[in-house]
Amino acid sequence: MMQKLAELTKLDGLSGNEQDVRKYIIQNLADKSLEHYTDNIGNLIVKGKTDGSSNLKVMVAAHMDEVGLMVNYITDDGKLKFSTVGGIDSRILIGQHVRVGKDKIPGVIGYKSIHLQDKNERESVVKLKSLYIDIAAKDRENAEELVKTGDYVAFDSEPVFFGENKIKAKALDDRAGCAVIMELLNEVWPFELYACFTVQEEIGLRGALVAANRVKPDVGIVLEGTTCADVPKVKEHEVSTVMGKGPSISFADRASIADRELLMHFFKTAEKEGIPYQWKTTTTGGNDAGKIQTSGAGVKTLVVSVPCRYIHSPVSVLDLNDLKNMLNLVSKALHTLPEALGR
Amino acid sequence: MNTETLVKQLCDINAPVGNENLAAEKIKSFFGPLCDKAYIDRFFNVIGYKKGTSSDPRKIIITAHYDQIGMIVSGYEKGGFLRISNLGGVDTKALLASEVIVHGREEVYGVIGAKPPHLLKESEITKNVKIDELFIDTGFPDDVLKQKVSIGDPVSIFSPVISMKNGCVAGKSLDNRAGVAALVLILKELQNVKHPHDIYVVATVQEETDLLGALTSSYALEPDLAVVIDVCHGDMPEADRAQCFPLNKGIPVAIGPAFHSEYTNALFEVAKKERIATQRCIEPGNPGTEAWAIQVSRLGVPTVEASIPLRYMHTAAELVSLQDIENAAVLVARYVSGDIFKTTEETD
Amino acid sequence: MITLLRELTGAYGPSSREEEIRNTIERKISPNVDDIYTDALGNLIAVKKGSGNGKRIMLAAHMDEIGLVASYIDEKGFIRISNIGGINPYVAVGQRVQFHNGITGCVCYEENITDFKDLKLDRMYIDIGTQRREITLDCIMPGDIAVFCGEAIEQNGKFISKALDDRIGCAILIELIETLKDCPNEVVFVFTVQEEVGLRGAGPAAFSIKPDLAVAVDVTGTGDTPECKPLALQLGKGPAVMIKDNRTISHPMVKNALIECARKNNIPYQLEVMSVGGNDAGTIHTAAGGIPAGAVSIPCRYLHRPCEMVDKNDALNAVKLLNAFVMSPMA
Repeated sequence: MMQKLAELTKLDGLSGNEQDVRKYIIQNLADKSLEHYTDNIGNLIVKGKTDGSSNLKVMVAAHMDEVGLMVNYITDDGKLKFSTVGGIDSRILIGQHVRVGKDKIPGVIGYKSIHLQDKNERESVVKLKSLYIDIAAKDRENAEELVKTGDYVAFDSEPVFFGENKIKAKALDDRAGCAVIMELLNEVWPFELYACFTVQEEIGLRGALVAANRVKPDVGIVLEGTTCADVPKVKEHEVSTVMGKGPSISFADRASIADRELLMHFFKTAEKEGIPYQWKTTTTGGNDAGKIQTSGAGVKTLVVSVPCRYIHSPVSVLDLNDLKNMLNLVSKALHTLPEALGR
Repeated sequence: MNTETLVKQLCDINAPVGNENLAAEKIKSFFGPLCDKAYIDRFFNVIGYKKGTSSDPRKIIITAHYDQIGMIVSGYEKGGFLRISNLGGVDTKALLASEVIVHGREEVYGVIGAKPPHLLKESEITKNVKIDELFIDTGFPDDVLKQKVSIGDPVSIFSPVISMKNGCVAGKSLDNRAGVAALVLILKELQNVKHPHDIYVVATVQEETDLLGALTSSYALEPDLAVVIDVCHGDMPEADRAQCFPLNKGIPVAIGPAFHSEYTNALFEVAKKERIATQRCIEPGNPGTEAWAIQVSRLGVPTVEASIPLRYMHTAAELVSLQDIENAAVLVARYVSGDIFKTTEETD
Repeated sequence: MITLLRELTGAYGPSSREEEIRNTIERKISPNVDDIYTDALGNLIAVKKGSGNGKRIMLAAHMDEIGLVASYIDEKGFIRISNIGGINPYVAVGQRVQFHNGITGCVCYEENITDFKDLKLDRMYIDIGTQRREITLDCIMPGDIAVFCGEAIEQNGKFISKALDDRIGCAILIELIETLKDCPNEVVFVFTVQEEVGLRGAGPAAFSIKPDLAVAVDVTGTGDTPECKPLALQLGKGPAVMIKDNRTISHPMVKNALIECARKNNIPYQLEVMSVGGNDAGTIHTAAGGIPAGAVSIPCRYLHRPCEMVDKNDALNAVKLLNAFVMSPMA
C-alpha cells in the first residue's frame, strides 16, 4: 500500500484534470476482474466483490484531485501569472519548484531577493497577485511555444520516506484515501460496495454529488486526509489531530455532522479491536460527505481521516502506521456494519 | 564534464556558513587535478595555486565564496521538532513548505511546514513569519532525535539543481557555486594558456556573514590584484531595474569606489577584444561582496569584480544561465593571463 | 566568589569610563601574573607565560557596564539622558542610578505621557534633588554617566546583581589567574573596554597581542522564564560553549576543543545558538588577518537590568572548563 501511495502522489491530478490518477488506479487494481465505470464528470466508480449476504449499499469515497495552480496570463517578458486551484496558503509559494502543463515544463516561483526588499517588504506577506512562475523563457513568444494559459501547474515534489515511518509528499490529501480504498477492493464484502474515486472535491465537493446520485447508497464512508496541527506553539485545543495517534473520526465539520449510528459503530469497533484512533477536535473544513449526505433522499455518512501535517502544501507529511490503522479500522468496521445496522 | 554537470555536482555539496569544514575537501578535489598545488587553510578557504611563467611574477587572486546560506539547530520541541536560527541572510518567506537536511551525527531529512491558514492570527496573515517561529519536522520520536541531532548542528536547504529551458538551471546554492564553477572553468582554460603571473584561485568561507574568508585569504596571500566572482541580481519583474541584470545579456562588471578604475577599464578592454558582452554594474558604496574586505586588506589591494546574474537569490529556486557562467570564466581567464600590470601601470 | 563579585560589581565602570573597575582588577591580579599593562584604549592586559612551547591563548572579559549619559541639564537642575550601550526605557524607569562621584538620582519620565508606547529616553530624565542648573553643575556635567544600583547578593545558589554582564566574566578570569599553574600555553588575560557600545576594545587588543586563538567570556540569555522566546539555554545546566551568535560563528577547532574539555573532565555544559547579540569574539576573530575564536557564555536572566541573575555553579564550572582548556596541548 505504501508503494502505491508513493506512486499515486507522484502523479499530477489537479481538480478538473484527474485522468492520470484515474488511469493509474484502474491499471493497478489487484483484482483486474472488478467492474468499473467512469462517469461524464470523471468520477471512477469500482464495484467491489460481494457474497450477497446483506442488501446494504455502501459507498466508500476518496477524492483523486489535489490542489495546485493554473496559468492565467503570460507577461511580455515570458513570466506566467497564475491563480490557485483549491485552497492554497499563498505564503508557501515563494521558492517552490513546479511543473507546467502536460509537457511538465519545469518552473520556479520566485520573488525579489531579500537584499532588494525594503524593511516593510521583509516584514510583510506577499500577495498572490504579485507572484509569478519563471520557466526561463526568453520572452512572451518563447513562453507561448512552451505553455498556454489554462495549463495546470503542479508542485514538483517527490515522495520521501523519512524519520520513523513517515512519508513526505504532495497530495497526501487525498491519495492516502485512494490508496486505502484500493486495498479494500481486494476483500469480499457482505454488501454491495461501491468504491468512488471522486473528482473536484477541492474546488467544492463537485464529483461526489454526481457519484452519489448514480450509486444511491444507504451509507457513505468518506476517507480523507485531514489537518494535523500538532506543531510547536499551537494550543492543544486547536491541534485538530495528532500524528501517530491513529486515524481520526470526525463528529462534525462545516459540511456535515456524522451519522450517530455509524460514528458509534466505528468508535466501538476501534475500542473492541484495540485499533488506535482519535477524535478530530476541531470542526473546521469540509469534504465529500457534505454533498453525499444530502444527495437524493439522504445518506448516512461518516468521515474517517488520516492526520496530515502541512496539508495542501508540497511537503505534507503522514505517519504510515496511522494509514495502516485507518485501513484496519475501516475494514473491520465495514465487515460488521450490516449486523450493527440490522441489515 | 560539461558545465551543467559541474554546476550540479558543486551545488549538491553542503557548506552552510561557518561549517565549511564539512565540504573543504570536496571543493579541493575539483581544484587538485588542475593546479600545481591545492591546499586548505586554517579557516577552510580552499586555495589552488598555478605558477606563472615570468621570472618576476606578480600575484593575482581570483575569489568565489563557497559558503551557502542555511540554518542552525537552536533547540528541540516535543514531537520530533527542531527550532532553528539563521546562518546568513535567509528569507523566511521562502522557507515555508520547504525540505531540509540537518547535518547531525547523521544526515537527517526534515520538512519546514507552516501553520494551517485557518489558525493564523490576524497579524500572521499579513506579517511575515520570523525564523524563531519556524520549526523542522523530522518525523522521529524525541529520544531518537536527540541521539541524531545536537543543538548547533548546521542545516542546509534541500533543493537539487534541475535543468530548465534555454540553458538555465535552478535550485539551491547557485549563490555562489556558480562562481566556484567559474573558478574550475578558469583553471581548465589556464591548462592550455601560458600566463606570466602566479594565480591563486580561492574558494572562500563566510562571505554570507562577515567576509571572513576574503579577509583572511587576502591578508595571508598579499596579492597585487584581486578578481572577485560572485552572483548579482538577475532580472526580476518587480525589482528595481537599476539593480538587476538580465540573463544572457553580458557579464556584469562592477564600477564604483570599491573597484580600481584602471584595472576595471582593462577588464572591459579584454571583454571587447574577446567579443564577450558585458553590462555595467554600478556600485556607489558597499557592493555587499568580498571586494569590500579585500580592497582594504593590509596596504590595499586593487580589486575588480565580474558577476553572474542570478534570479531569486537566497531561495530554493535560484536561477542562472549556464552560458553566463561560461562567459564569466572565459573573460576572467583571458584577463588574468594577459599582461595586465604593464598596461595599467603605463597609464599612471 | 560572592565577595569578589560584590567588589567587582560595586566598582563604577560604564563604557569609556572604566578606570575604577580596572584599578580594582589590577590590584587583585598583579601578584599572580608575569606581565601587566594598560593599552591606549584602556584595556587591561595581563600575561601568564607558558612553561613549554605552547600556543598563545587570549581570554577576554569586558569590564564595562551599560549606563545613562547626562546629555543636557535644564534650568531646574533636571538631567536629560541618552544611552550608553543597550538600555531599555521600560527597565530604566523608576531606577536608582549613581554617577562616578557617588551622586545618586532617580530616573523619571515626563508626567504627561499617557500611553507607555511613547516612553523613550528622550522623554525621561534623572533627578538628583537640586533646584537649579548651577547646583547640579557643581557635581555633574554633561558627559557624566550614571549606572544602575544593585548590590550583589547570593541566594538559592544564584548571584543577583547589576552588571553581572560582564563582571561575572571578569570574576571567572580572576579566579583562573589565581588557580592556573604550570600551563604549557601562554595565556593573555584581557579585561576589555567598550564592549557594550560596539565591541570596541577587544579588536585592537587582539591586533597587538596576535594570539593563536581566543575565547571570550561573557553572559548570554536564557529560555527559562515565563512566556519567553524559545531558547535552549537554562540557569544551572552549565556554562555554554558558543556555536554562534549574531557577530561570530565560532571556529570549529575552538568550539570542539571546548566541548572535548567539558566532556573529558565531566563538566556540565550547554550549547549556545543565538540569532541576536554579540560579544568580544565578534571583533577579535576578524583582527590581524583573522584569529580562530569562540566563547564561553554564562547563562543570565534579565540581561541589562539592575537585577541580573546567574547560577553560581555555572560560573564555577566555567572556571574549571577554561582551566582545562588552557592547560590542554593545542594542535
